[in-house]
Amino acid sequence: MSGQIKRGVSLYSFQEEMFLGRMNVEGVVGFAASIGAAGIEILPEQNMPTFPHITDAQIGEWQDMLSHHGAHFTCYDMFLDTKLRKGELLSDEEQVESIKRDLTLCNRLGIRNMRVLIFVRPDILEKCVPYAEQMDVHMGVEVHAPWHLEHAWILRTVDVADRLGTQHLGILPDMGIFMKNYPPEFRARFERQGARPEVAQFIVDQHQQKIMCEYTIYEVAVKMGGNKAEVAMAETLRHAPYANPKRIKDYAPYFRHIQAKFYGMTEDCVDPAIAYDEVIPELVKCGWEGTLSSEYEGNRWIQDVEEVDSREQVRRQHVMFENLIAKAQSELEIV
Amino acid sequence: MFDRYLIDAGSLRNTGPADAPTGFAFDAKLGYYRGLGLSMVEKLDIALDGEPLPREAVRFDEGLGPLTLDEMETAYDRRWPFGTAATILVDRPGGFPAGEHELSLLQQLRVSYLPFPAVNTDKKSVSLAA
Repeated sequence: MSGQIKRGVSLYSFQEEMFLGRMNVEGVVGFAASIGAAGIEILPEQNMPTFPHITDAQIGEWQDMLSHHGAHFTCYDMFLDTKLRKGELLSDEEQVESIKRDLTLCNRLGIRNMRVLIFVRPDILEKCVPYAEQMDVHMGVEVHAPWHLEHAWILRTVDVADRLGTQHLGILPDMGIFMKNYPPEFRARFERQGARPEVAQFIVDQHQQKIMCEYTIYEVAVKMGGNKAEVAMAETLRHAPYANPKRIKDYAPYFRHIQAKFYGMTEDCVDPAIAYDEVIPELVKCGWEGTLSSEYEGNRWIQDVEEVDSREQVRRQHVMFENLIAKAQSELEIV
Repeated sequence: MFDRYLIDAGSLRNTGPADAPTGFAFDAKLGYYRGLGLSMVEKLDIALDGEPLPREAVRFDEGLGPLTLDEMETAYDRRWPFGTAATILVDRPGGFPAGEHELSLLQQLRVSYLPFPAVNTDKKSVSLAA
């Protein structure tokens, strides 16, 4: 039995094929269902060409298509265009209105989780809480690298949720925060762009030792006289945190959905970079019941040398999920 | 993330009378994983063989009628959807020069959550279909 953690995919994972017109949303949904990942995370601004104008008929077509494949929606990824107008930000009232627009559409689609962009201010979200409660949508602030679970900016949202005692505001972790090892796809791309192998190895070693990124960037840029690709590679370390998976249980009450970020799976279904082997046991131990939603982001790192195959990558990730969930559950039962 | 796919090289054509073209046009996609309102497309810089063409010479049409780049700045109710080609029209007396030339496109976007403007570039060697 696969337990209470559910599996799904974000349509984001198939951006390469959808951008190029090689797959459509129904193709993705059918594929996801075929690998037991029936929970579908949608980006309306990507997947609904008439956004923000969505008719009831369109919603009906989506629901029919999902049920035809035995799939269902899990999460709605919102955006907030604070820079809509040149030279001035949206007012606080306009920001609240934009979020309410998304909460309304989320509710109309029958979705109960909304991914909130990490830059949205906690005080703006506080103003949206009564409407989120009315729409019964959980607003989860995306915890995305270089932020992490215990970053002070994230804790501000957690504080607001605690103070209001609401079940409709919290967080939504992106697993990129658990980058234990430097992704081989990043390294290979920078080497193709001219990074010398010994400098690339130095950067990987520094990351492996969890040396604070600014030391490495200075070493590469100044002391080693790094070229453009080498400096760019070193700078990726600014966005490569390895948060402590053991803290997951403290924050699990605040999230119901996970963006399962990854950059590439090996042929034997191992993620060489993100520490899912440490994260999933923690989720199982605390009885977390949400959805692990694949977010494949490897396309941009390999598209210059090979055909991107997002389906195969996502399939491998789900083999890993099944294995890790089953293993963690059996270990729990033994204890 | 999609830079290499922005310009549709096969879409290049002249505009205006066939015997006296007034410009050229090509199809392009937005280099972003979602659609974006037109007011947030700050620049569509076009260059021919590295020579920038004036901003005033460029117009954009996602299907609802051409806009100058200045007009796009306040087109709050129009969007460039994800993965969808729009037409970029360039005024240039005589149309696209004969033979193969390097056409480059730079898109600069105002993306709310990024501290800096997002910039996408594509460059392709193109020629008019015979």
